[in-house]
Amino acid sequence: MTDLETALDDDVRADERRRVPAPPGEGGGYTARRRAALLRRSVGGRRSRAAAREDLYEASQRTLVLRRFRRHRLAHLSLYLLVAMYVCAILAEFVAPYDKLHSFEDQKYAAPTQIHVVDEDGGWHLPFVYSSRTEIDQDTFTYETVVDTSVRHPVQLFVHGDEYELLGLIPADVHLFGTPDGQPVFLTGADHLGRDSFSRIMVGSRISLLVGFGGVVVSFVLGLLIGGLSGYLGGRVDAVSQRAIDLIISIPLIPLWMALSAAVPQTWSGVQTYLAITLILSLVGWTGLARVVRGRIIALREEDYVTAARVSAMRTPGIIGRHMLPALTSYLIVHITIAIPGMILGETTLSFLGLGISAPDVSWGSLLQGAQDVTVVSNYPWLLAPAVVLVIAVILFNFVGDGLRDASDPYQN
Amino acid sequence: MGPVLRYVGRRLLLMIPMLVLISFLSFVIIQLPPGDYVDTYARNLASEGGSVNADQLAALRAQYGLDQPMLVQYLVWMKNILFHWDFGTSFAYNQPVSEILAERVPRTMLISLVSIALTWAIAVPVGIYSAVRKYSVGDYVVTFLSFVGLAVPGFLVALVLMLLVYDHTGFLITGLFSPPYREAPWSVDRVLDLLRNVWLPLVVLTVAGIGGIVRVLRASLLDELGKQYVVTARAKGLTEGQVLRRYPLRLAMNPLLSTIGWMLPATVGGEIVVSKVLNLPTTGPVLLESIQSQDMYLTGAIVLLLSALTIIGTVISDVALAVADPRIRYERSRAA
Repeated sequence: MTDLETALDDDVRADERRRVPAPPGEGGGYTARRRAALLRRSVGGRRSRAAAREDLYEASQRTLVLRRFRRHRLAHLSLYLLVAMYVCAILAEFVAPYDKLHSFEDQKYAAPTQIHVVDEDGGWHLPFVYSSRTEIDQDTFTYETVVDTSVRHPVQLFVHGDEYELLGLIPADVHLFGTPDGQPVFLTGADHLGRDSFSRIMVGSRISLLVGFGGVVVSFVLGLLIGGLSGYLGGRVDAVSQRAIDLIISIPLIPLWMALSAAVPQTWSGVQTYLAITLILSLVGWTGLARVVRGRIIALREEDYVTAARVSAMRTPGIIGRHMLPALTSYLIVHITIAIPGMILGETTLSFLGLGISAPDVSWGSLLQGAQDVTVVSNYPWLLAPAVVLVIAVILFNFVGDGLRDASDPYQN
Repeated sequence: MGPVLRYVGRRLLLMIPMLVLISFLSFVIIQLPPGDYVDTYARNLASEGGSVNADQLAALRAQYGLDQPMLVQYLVWMKNILFHWDFGTSFAYNQPVSEILAERVPRTMLISLVSIALTWAIAVPVGIYSAVRKYSVGDYVVTFLSFVGLAVPGFLVALVLMLLVYDHTGFLITGLFSPPYREAPWSVDRVLDLLRNVWLPLVVLTVAGIGGIVRVLRASLLDELGKQYVVTARAKGLTEGQVLRRYPLRLAMNPLLSTIGWMLPATVGGEIVVSKVLNLPTTGPVLLESIQSQDMYLTGAIVLLLSALTIIGTVISDVALAVADPRIRYERSRAA
């Protein structure tokens, strides 16, 4: 029995207790009025609760799972944040104030720009930034950010700036925010060429976040197909696919990824490299899914309802599609949410090592290459900003996966 | 022969065809990148202003056997490994691969094994605590930390720790030894210096492993703790500790035993990435370098070695499972 049902049951029972008739001889006066009021309320209440209960009994599995998931606050919130991240990734050029390759000559290693609403003299303004640029400190040979508080530059929404093509189709030059007069706003600082790190993180998130999706789709199709066939058909198909999986699993993941991504020709375009990396990541990813699907299918094959379907002359694809796959759905959804962050981390690690996405394309991993030297990061800690975004994304996926797993478990409580 | 022995024997026999297949697969993988080492060599020469003509390149190819078909190259490579323990010559180092590996693999293995031991020593008690004190403050802290551990890639942990140490003490951790001790003979100071450096890769690899094990142990222990035999054991008057150790823990350890198989290769793989960041004199940087310069015998030997480790690890965990769990033993000896 779920929480909700138990709660409803308790309510109904409490109502019944309240309706116990008053002892004889106590008619009239306060007690009678009170009793009548209670009676009225409980009858009304009971009807609506009974309806709610009816509703719950008739609710499909999906409704129940969604309902339980919504009560999981952290997972629910994480899902919204993830959706926001993906929207930003898709509209990256609009959200980013500058082009990913736009470098500001006098802004090398600029610190994150502070956005003010109060000026030096305590006067209130709409959000603005001060003029700033970086200069080499002659003693330490590090770049220092010099702020000139005499000039204010207003920060506005929807300003015109670098030109881009939204979704690769619509030419535009409007950016979510920026300064109309060209003073750069660096939310997370700038890199060694004076390029805006925030813009690069946004554009990089497209590759980093979508690599997970692409990889999961490929490994999902492979895993479902091979695992399903292997489990349902058994025999030789099963034996061959199981040995193949054993073999693939035996090759250590990281060297395999490294060797394969080294095989991607340097001359390939960004999109081709991205697709190749996605395939490489999913090449191993499908094996885990195939194993579990096979195990579940073998177990399900023996279920009474599957036998019943077979006896009533249902065809094999029908049995698999109508009776077996639905029993797997919740597991598959959870598996996807857990697998995506793994792929994201894989891409980041490869690109960080210089084996994945390379310039001029950017991903979180390739951005982090700029943070390889500790002595540099020590001077400009904001170079680690892509890592913060990466960790947040992966944790959000884990929270959502955990919430979904809890919600899809019908035996919980 | 007891069923366990028979089972172990069968598993060991099955290992042989797997090893053969995996060695072939490793060879195919290292051949995948277009071109070969001679191309890299010519490119390097050209970038330094020198030039080589086609005849010299062909002669080089013939010298290394690179002009042969792949299958022939594979068979020659395997023959030398099996009969002469000769893994080929590294083009870049101009040194037998086995010498390079003999120097670096033990370091990788030592670091990996110590960090696996640390992982278990920390993760098992923490996982038990987290399951027994479910929904306590401690459990939430552990859960949160294990999520973070799963979410942060190893190279990042290494970077951040290096940064913290550097910022606070000015001590830059690179490699296993500080420069003055790198070539020095062993002494007390050198051991101390090693300890000052080696904790970082150990911590990074341990943190990477703990999260997963804590999650698995907590989940499987929670499943067992709710079962009726636990209630029975309590009713019989056993202390909580006895109840836990005698029944549910033994069952909950099963999923962990099956992780032994992939834990060693995963840790070694993690070590490769971390050692690149920390510039450790282990297999990691060599592997990365050899992949990029197509130093194929070196890459091949490392991939082969790691794959063999995985297969051996899987066999060990299967055997451990069979020894620990009579049900699995029964099932498998019947199947055999």
